[in-house]
Amino acid sequence: MTGTTKVRRVGAAKPPTRASKLLQNRWAGIAGLLIALLAPFVNASGYALSVMTSAAIFVMLAAGLNIVVGYCGLLDLGYVAFFAVGAYTSGVLSTRLDLPLLVTVPAVIVVTVIAGIIIGAPTLRLRSDYLAIVTLGFGEIIRITANNLDVTGGPSGIYGIPHLTDSPVVFYYVTVVIVSLAVLGAARLGRSRLGRAWRFVREDEDAAEAMGVHTYRVKLAAYIAGAVWGGLAGVLFAAQLSAISPTSFTFLQSALVLMAVVLGGMGSIPGVVIGAVVISILPEILRDLADYRFFIFGVLLIAVMILRPQGLWPSRSKEVS
Amino acid sequence: MSLLSVEDLRLSFGGLLAIDGLTFSVGEAEIVSVIGPNGAGKTSAFNCVTGFYRPSSGRITLRGKDLPGLRPSAIAGLGVARTFQNLRLFGELSVLDNVRAGSHLWLRQSVFDALLHTPRYRRSERECTEQAHHWLDFVGLSGDRYSEARNLPYGEQRLTEIARALARRPDLLLLDEPAAGLNHGEKAEMLDLIRRIQALGVAIVLIEHDMGLVMEVSERVVVLNFGKEIADGRPEDVRRNPAVIEAYLGSDAHA
Repeated sequence: MTGTTKVRRVGAAKPPTRASKLLQNRWAGIAGLLIALLAPFVNASGYALSVMTSAAIFVMLAAGLNIVVGYCGLLDLGYVAFFAVGAYTSGVLSTRLDLPLLVTVPAVIVVTVIAGIIIGAPTLRLRSDYLAIVTLGFGEIIRITANNLDVTGGPSGIYGIPHLTDSPVVFYYVTVVIVSLAVLGAARLGRSRLGRAWRFVREDEDAAEAMGVHTYRVKLAAYIAGAVWGGLAGVLFAAQLSAISPTSFTFLQSALVLMAVVLGGMGSIPGVVIGAVVISILPEILRDLADYRFFIFGVLLIAVMILRPQGLWPSRSKEVS
Repeated sequence: MSLLSVEDLRLSFGGLLAIDGLTFSVGEAEIVSVIGPNGAGKTSAFNCVTGFYRPSSGRITLRGKDLPGLRPSAIAGLGVARTFQNLRLFGELSVLDNVRAGSHLWLRQSVFDALLHTPRYRRSERECTEQAHHWLDFVGLSGDRYSEARNLPYGEQRLTEIARALARRPDLLLLDEPAAGLNHGEKAEMLDLIRRIQALGVAIVLIEHDMGLVMEVSERVVVLNFGKEIADGRPEDVRRNPAVIEAYLGSDAHA
């Protein structure tokens, strides 16, 4: 079928802001990367590097959860499960089999994809509130399993995981590069056929089906992508701390990642990056307040959500391409 | 062989028979209207054809292929597109992105193409955008294509939904009350649009309450009342059919 009727093209003019928006996002990305790269020149103390490395890893988690929650609209309250699966897979393989950490990455990808399918396949038929409850349960199941198995070291976890590099500065830069690629990858997925299909599902599942989007498969793809992102962040986490235990993977962690996504602006890549940096660095900045630290943290978050309910940097739904 | 054929379709919700024996067929590039009072089962029939409801019994075939049991997306894959009675646009997405949804089945692009921005990715994205503009031009949408779909005036939202369905490049298009809520001028444009869609070689099944539009545009009219088919024929015959007149005007007390 081809359009044989010639109709004058009306209202098709490109919006004046389109190129500038694209540029804006690109410049925002480059600016963010530059800040991350230059930060060690401002402060390269061991403490600062550790906080910044953790923040970068947290950004990767937020970028991964953003695929599931922001793009596809699936509320996942147990996202940390994939973080744990990635960290434990590389931790177990590297310590028990004496493998370098990099070699465990393909295994981590395979295991997180399988974990994504196992958790996603039965639950993605559920509508949002049920899905939230089931994912919450799965998050706990993974943590409790790690707590009880011998191979994962039980409550004391795994220690002696090899570092990627001995220098914290080099590791910080490695982390920044990997996380930047992950963020770029998530953004590119969001601008693809699959990324659009995620948004169609988020907006109206029935209408998406009617246009030929296999909604179940598309949701599973979002879940798997989120799982891989979380799992790879877990590898970085294991490499940074060289020791992991079930206490690192509590529900609070899932809630914090979700908070980063919501705070920054669901579906917006610059937003979730800023949200993740704020959520991971703010408690450190507030450290001087001692006991009032998390009280003030909470008050600030509430204030942001009241003043900017759409997030710090909301997604530009006007033009997603 | 007809394009779509519905034979003795029945659909019940619990004890309620929503459709009680509906039979009709649609030929290639033919316009068939399904009319009847509210609650007669018209939209339910649409939902059966497009896979949203599973009929209790009866056959629905598209070019001889059985449709019941397939997912709506699989039926869309066979060349069926539809609009919804109560607009179902992707409200927070741009008008253009809404119509891009129609290209979903046509785009050949893998996850790796998207991650690496391969030439194939760029080509398919460009093609998708061009197609979206083409179909928005075709339906004559003059408004801003980059604003959120939910911010458009009602009539333009209707046009956007039709453009989205056309971007699927279907063989069969199901329009559920496309003229509902439109003013007189917009109705005339809708009539013209329906004819131009037919000229593309697309068969149309139309649910519509506006009798002027139905009589003007349809080649055949199927009349439903309380789930039962009471007439199927040319518009001028259906118009004079006593059962149809009774269904619409009521014998004594019209519900």
